[in-house]
Amino acid sequence: MNDMRKVERDLKVNDAKITARNVDVRYGETHAIKDVSIDIPDRTVTSFIGPSGCGKSTFLRCLNRMNDTIDICRVTGKITIDGKDINERSVDPVQLRAQVGMVFQKPNPFPKSIYDNIAYGPRIHGLARSKTDMDEIVERALRRGAIWNEVKDRLHAPGTGLSGGQQQRLCIARAIATEPEVLLMDEPCSALDPIATAQVEELIDELRQDYSVVIVTHSMQQAARVSQKTAFFHLGDLVEFGETEKIFTNPSDPRTESYITGRIG
Amino acid sequence: MTDITNAPGPRSPHRTTELIAGTLKRRHAKEARLKWIGLGAIGIAFTMLFILIASLVSSGWQAFAQTHISVAVYIDPQEVPAENLPRGGFDDVLAAAMAQMLPDADTDDRATMRSLNGILSNGAQFSLRDQVVANPDLIGQTVTIKVPVSDPFDQLNKGLIDRDTIEQNRRVTDREIAWFDTLKDQGAISKPFNWALFTNADSRFPELAGLKGALVGSFWVLSICFIISFPLGIGSAIYLEEFAPKNKLSDFIEVNINNLAAVPSVVFGLLALAVFIGWFGMPRSAPIVGGLTLALMTMPTIIIATRAALKAVPPSIREAALGVGASKQQVVFHHVLPLAMPGILTGTIIGLAQALGETAPLLLIGMNAFITSAASSPFDSATALPTQIFIWADSPERGFVSRTSAAILVLLGFLMLMNAVAIYLRQKFQRKW
Repeated sequence: MNDMRKVERDLKVNDAKITARNVDVRYGETHAIKDVSIDIPDRTVTSFIGPSGCGKSTFLRCLNRMNDTIDICRVTGKITIDGKDINERSVDPVQLRAQVGMVFQKPNPFPKSIYDNIAYGPRIHGLARSKTDMDEIVERALRRGAIWNEVKDRLHAPGTGLSGGQQQRLCIARAIATEPEVLLMDEPCSALDPIATAQVEELIDELRQDYSVVIVTHSMQQAARVSQKTAFFHLGDLVEFGETEKIFTNPSDPRTESYITGRIG
Repeated sequence: MTDITNAPGPRSPHRTTELIAGTLKRRHAKEARLKWIGLGAIGIAFTMLFILIASLVSSGWQAFAQTHISVAVYIDPQEVPAENLPRGGFDDVLAAAMAQMLPDADTDDRATMRSLNGILSNGAQFSLRDQVVANPDLIGQTVTIKVPVSDPFDQLNKGLIDRDTIEQNRRVTDREIAWFDTLKDQGAISKPFNWALFTNADSRFPELAGLKGALVGSFWVLSICFIISFPLGIGSAIYLEEFAPKNKLSDFIEVNINNLAAVPSVVFGLLALAVFIGWFGMPRSAPIVGGLTLALMTMPTIIIATRAALKAVPPSIREAALGVGASKQQVVFHHVLPLAMPGILTGTIIGLAQALGETAPLLLIGMNAFITSAASSPFDSATALPTQIFIWADSPERGFVSRTSAAILVLLGFLMLMNAVAIYLRQKFQRKW
């Protein structure tokens, strides 16, 4: 993959997959996200960029209610996926997280076999009717995670024995094994070397065919390479959101310009 | 945006280098001192341990062998009538057999015959009777039996009685020593491994006393302790660590669990005496009560170890499981608990090892009673290893001195075994992240 290649920009006009309105997040006294409203389109890669501590990961974690697990975290505002409010009482976070997969900063495979890593999600949700069905799900997920050829001969070897890049692709395969509609990635390449990064980026580009992908990244080059839409966060504010090309060539906010030219951050 | 342009430049670099060089010697000296202090501490600890083990072994090793005597006994039908067996005069039969081996003994003198019988353990007549009861055809025949000698002669054979002491001041008379030496010359005396130490229960006679009752008692006590404290401890720890809201109440509970772990064991014994025996009317001296008491003591240890092990599971694993849509309970039982298991087991085994050596609470609930049979259920009276040591240490017979040390060695052996298992489990299941 040519590292500065601009992916095709012509977006089909999609309805927003995820809509956030006036979202505020507080950790105790700290106001981490301030009144953020954003429409994230379907079948698109949207990247969140911004300096450390700007709230981009926090906002990402609102989208599958991972912040619920933090006691002191309070989320207000309205977030909908396909028009359905995810913070409503009737929505079970378990159901939501099956629908909104997540990949984390550090590859975190379960200390189990490669097969069991993938099969775990489908198994707890009861997605497979039989052993052969499960085998199919696992193979499909590993193929879409672009790691099948590397692991097909050692499906029962521990997942923790793979290299960092392979582990991260295994985690992506694990996330898509439950057939989610949205895939959240929290700095998925920050622990990887350039070659592994390139492989993961290529994979992200392919996943765009089927999913709405939201990726948090520290690397502006990465945002430029993989995403069609970019949101710039600064100190808890959503400063600017638009076409990636516009953000990187002709930003409208002076803070965005300072950041992408390297003057803040 | 940084304001590096306004920042002051470095202070003179040469001076800094000199200053650092000046402190180096002091820092190195400090490091060396620390190293020596550490080595010294380890050295002292090891010396103490060595002295302890050495003194136990030196006084206890003799108890692992027991002097036996082989006697050819003619089972005289006149003395032991077949129709009236259990009350038969087996001591007379044995005395006669002893007199056969010692021609200079006067068989008509009752005192002589009594002291001849005194060479044999008091248990000899009973074991002979058991043989005859099992097989009445033996009456009228000569059988060779191998029985323990009584404690004074065991001590004599082991060289623990000084033959140069004046006669009145030792347990065996000159005549008895002469007899014993004759028997020894005849090759009747042997000193095999003392299996009775593990197959006999307690006895008033040191040569017959063994640890079976205590081992069985300790087994029941520890089993009950484990069955109660392991599930309860893990359950409480999982709730407190994973599910309980963090508030004043949970802080209060946490502080009190830590306090509970530090409560002196004798207090648990008093509690057990009042509650289990007083209120619930459970039997005294029973392993069920001992097990419950020690479970109370072990539980805080297990809770603390389990919570530490749960905490040590990296949050990334929880996030990964939550991320694919596992519920809280699935996260805990599918991922966190299996990963914490080695730590939990290590903590549990250490807790049980502590319980195995615990004496004070067992004394209070009467597990230091004199019980001559092994418990067949947790509701029977029994002793445990540490209380058996306590009883033997209190007994005046010389034979119990070395048996006390031997029992301590057995207890230490079990403790080391348990700790070794704990270390093995930790090594085997330790994971690298």
